Amino acid sequence: MFEETELIARNKRIQGLYRTLLMMVTILLVLPVLVILATLVYKGGSIISMEFLFTDPVDGMTAGGIFPALFGTVWLVTLALLISVPLGVAAAIYLSEYAANNWFTRLINLAIINLAGVPSIVHALFGVGAFVIFFKFGTSILAASMTLAIMTLPVVIVATKESLQSVPYAFREACWNMGATRWQTVRRIVLPNAVSGILTGVILEVSRTTGETAPIMFTGAAFFLPFLPESIFDQTMALSLHLFVVATQVPGVPDALPYGVALVLISMVLLMNSLSIAFRIYLRNQKKW
Amino acid sequence: MERTSPAQPTAAEFDRRNLDWYIDKLVQILVFIGGISAIVFIIGIFAFVTIEGAGFLLDDFSFKEFFLSPFWEPSDEDAPEYGILALVAGTASVTGLAMIVAIPFSLGAAIFIGEFATGRTRESLKVLVELLAAIPSVVWGFIGLTIMNPLIIDLFDVPVGLNVLNAGVILGLMAAPIMTSIAEDALKAVPDRYREAAEALGATQWEVIFKTVLPAAKNGLLGAVLLGVGRGFGETMAVLMATGHSVNIPDSLFDPVRALTATIAAELGETAVGSDHYQVLFTIGIFLFLVTFVINLTADLIVRGIRDQ
Repeated sequence: MFEETELIARNKRIQGLYRTLLMMVTILLVLPVLVILATLVYKGGSIISMEFLFTDPVDGMTAGGIFPALFGTVWLVTLALLISVPLGVAAAIYLSEYAANNWFTRLINLAIINLAGVPSIVHALFGVGAFVIFFKFGTSILAASMTLAIMTLPVVIVATKESLQSVPYAFREACWNMGATRWQTVRRIVLPNAVSGILTGVILEVSRTTGETAPIMFTGAAFFLPFLPESIFDQTMALSLHLFVVATQVPGVPDALPYGVALVLISMVLLMNSLSIAFRIYLRNQKKW
Repeated sequence: MERTSPAQPTAAEFDRRNLDWYIDKLVQILVFIGGISAIVFIIGIFAFVTIEGAGFLLDDFSFKEFFLSPFWEPSDEDAPEYGILALVAGTASVTGLAMIVAIPFSLGAAIFIGEFATGRTRESLKVLVELLAAIPSVVWGFIGLTIMNPLIIDLFDVPVGLNVLNAGVILGLMAAPIMTSIAEDALKAVPDRYREAAEALGATQWEVIFKTVLPAAKNGLLGAVLLGVGRGFGETMAVLMATGHSVNIPDSLFDPVRALTATIAAELGETAVGSDHYQVLFTIGIFLFLVTFVINLTADLIVRGIRDQ
């Protein structure tokens, strides 16, 4: 066939060079995930135990466990989900199924993009101004959860909209031709086919909400509370803020403690994320159309 | 011969408004409320932050002092000064360094993932990038404090490792994943016939990428960089923990600085509601909101521009 000429050989070498260079850049970029995880496990792994997870912090947070923070995070995330999922799914249904392609819809999309881009500390200021002061919720789980819900709303909207739009248009047309109303179509045909996609978005939101710190600092999360919250109008500890506190604000914390808190936090977040990714890949392989 | 027209349905018969019709209308209103909620919240954020900062904006606000004074001395009892120049310099230096770190990495990764990698490698890299994006900012700050800090002290023989370099690298790693995925989208949006045409002319793969695909995707790549800048500008916990948090216009990479966002996070808890200091922090919030708004808007217009082409 063809003899490999000087030029082709040179091109191949350069090609290989570029490929290796870019591969190294990519590996360098993703390496931190593994390095961070390994460091946290290495330095904080020893402290993780059932006792660490399920007892209160003692001695000015220099010893003991993280139970109130863990408990508080679950509270905050659950309430935030209860607020943002119905709102976000409704918004996505509107945008995907009802909205016309006009300036108003573009405005809504623009607002969603900007809502996702507002700095987290500005969300915190909004939470203080709106929920803590104006609506008089005080610094409470409710105020913090609402702030978190608004901040992560774009995650739900975008994920839901994508999964609604991946349902083929012909499904809807078939349903309309049977005389069904728009809502009957959405309820019986579109939503059942999109529900798993929506779920991946919700899991992703759980992961985002769990890690947020700035928005809850002044709206409902406390540095240290020796008891568990009893209602949504109480303050609570939260895992993310607890990491900040034990890492920077408290003197005399043993080394392993903040690493342990960070390990628990990052495990929860990455677990949720991996779950969401695995679920998405599974769905893609299952897809019938 | 007389024609008899078929019986016209009466108005009542023609009316198909049964229960389902009303439910449909009701749902339409409900989802519409969900739809406009994003607009309501954006306006609400701007309104509430402005209301809380209004007292300072209307009374004591001096454009010159606020933007051009490097002195941030809010707790000076006699003459507190609220100049954000040093804070802006802090944010800008950290974000600037972050972009210097993130642009080559995210662009390189996007090209590799989009154009070179295939199959399983490609999927695993994408998942890792996504996981990188998921690490919470407070954990990044903790990494800056515990891993980067001693590393910088050892490597460069400086007394403190919490500085522009530390926060810049951390912020670069935080911004890179989102930039990578948007840049990869931009590369994917370049039609295959561009690549085929270049290959038909005898271009090698890297010539196709560097001379055809990258120029064609440049708007999307610019959008990716802008979103990265927006990310860095608004990041709070990581810069609070990794910059060293001292008010300073930096001369070198090893100077500690303080960012706009971190100032709010660190000081809001200590101020009395309604005090001057409190209102100034909200004024900084308005400034942050407006800057990120413009950045996101521009990025969106650029990215949408290529989609419409």
